[in-house]
Amino acid sequence: MVPLSWYLMFAAALFSIGLFGVLTRRNAIAILLGVELMLNAVNINLVAFWRYSDVMAMAGQVFAVIVFAVAAAEVSVGLALVISVYRRRNTVVADELDMLKW
Amino acid sequence: MTAQQIIFMIVAAYTIGSGLMVVTTRNLVHAALWLVSTLFGVAVAYALLNANFIAVVQVVVYIGAIAILFIFAVMLTRKDMRDSGPQMNKNWWAGALVAVLVFAGLAFLLSGWSGFRNIAAELPAEFDAIGLLGEALTSPEAFVLPFEVASVLLLAALVGAVYVAFNPRSDKK
Repeated sequence: MVPLSWYLMFAAALFSIGLFGVLTRRNAIAILLGVELMLNAVNINLVAFWRYSDVMAMAGQVFAVIVFAVAAAEVSVGLALVISVYRRRNTVVADELDMLKW
Repeated sequence: MTAQQIIFMIVAAYTIGSGLMVVTTRNLVHAALWLVSTLFGVAVAYALLNANFIAVVQVVVYIGAIAILFIFAVMLTRKDMRDSGPQMNKNWWAGALVAVLVFAGLAFLLSGWSGFRNIAAELPAEFDAIGLLGEALTSPEAFVLPFEVASVLLLAALVGAVYVAFNPRSDKK
């Protein structure tokens, strides 16, 4: 069997890669791609903790399902904002979006 | 090494490699396709953890809906299919440093935890994860309220997304 530590290290690596993408990418859509990687890493942790503790308690899987719903909500609102900003400012580069009101 | 460990290593290496491509590729359409590849790797990891329903939901919701939404958004926000200029900001080295430090910190914290090297117990005979998950999501003693709140959140987010992305000029032709 695979020890729990392997899954936790795998998820930590995926989380750090997503964090790198969020911190360094200039394109707003690429930043959201990094957020997706981080959410997936969290979900791997949740499911791994479910499997490696009491499998009859479904809290880990239920939490993973709710994270799916929240991720879908986050992506739909985020991409709608990006498209709206692109329509007004004609750019999706995060550095150039530096005005509070247009 | 058992067969399961070898499979896990292959899946983990594939997923992390795809994830690195997501954050470093210049072409955003390629980055979105690498995200699809990463999500497939994560779905295989769920299957290895005996979470069959979560693995299927990962493929249907994440790859079928979210990744396709990303590809649409990339295509809607670009004048041409090529990107010009640098794709990373000037402080990319600081971002890489923070990411490495976060990984090292997580590894340090987790390695000090007593359950770090736990081995999973065998599944009980005739274990029905999907039935248990369905009961947990619909039983008032378990998680029906958080589940309903999540669906209301999703509905509100979708209505809000339609409102935000709606183009007011489109009906004044």
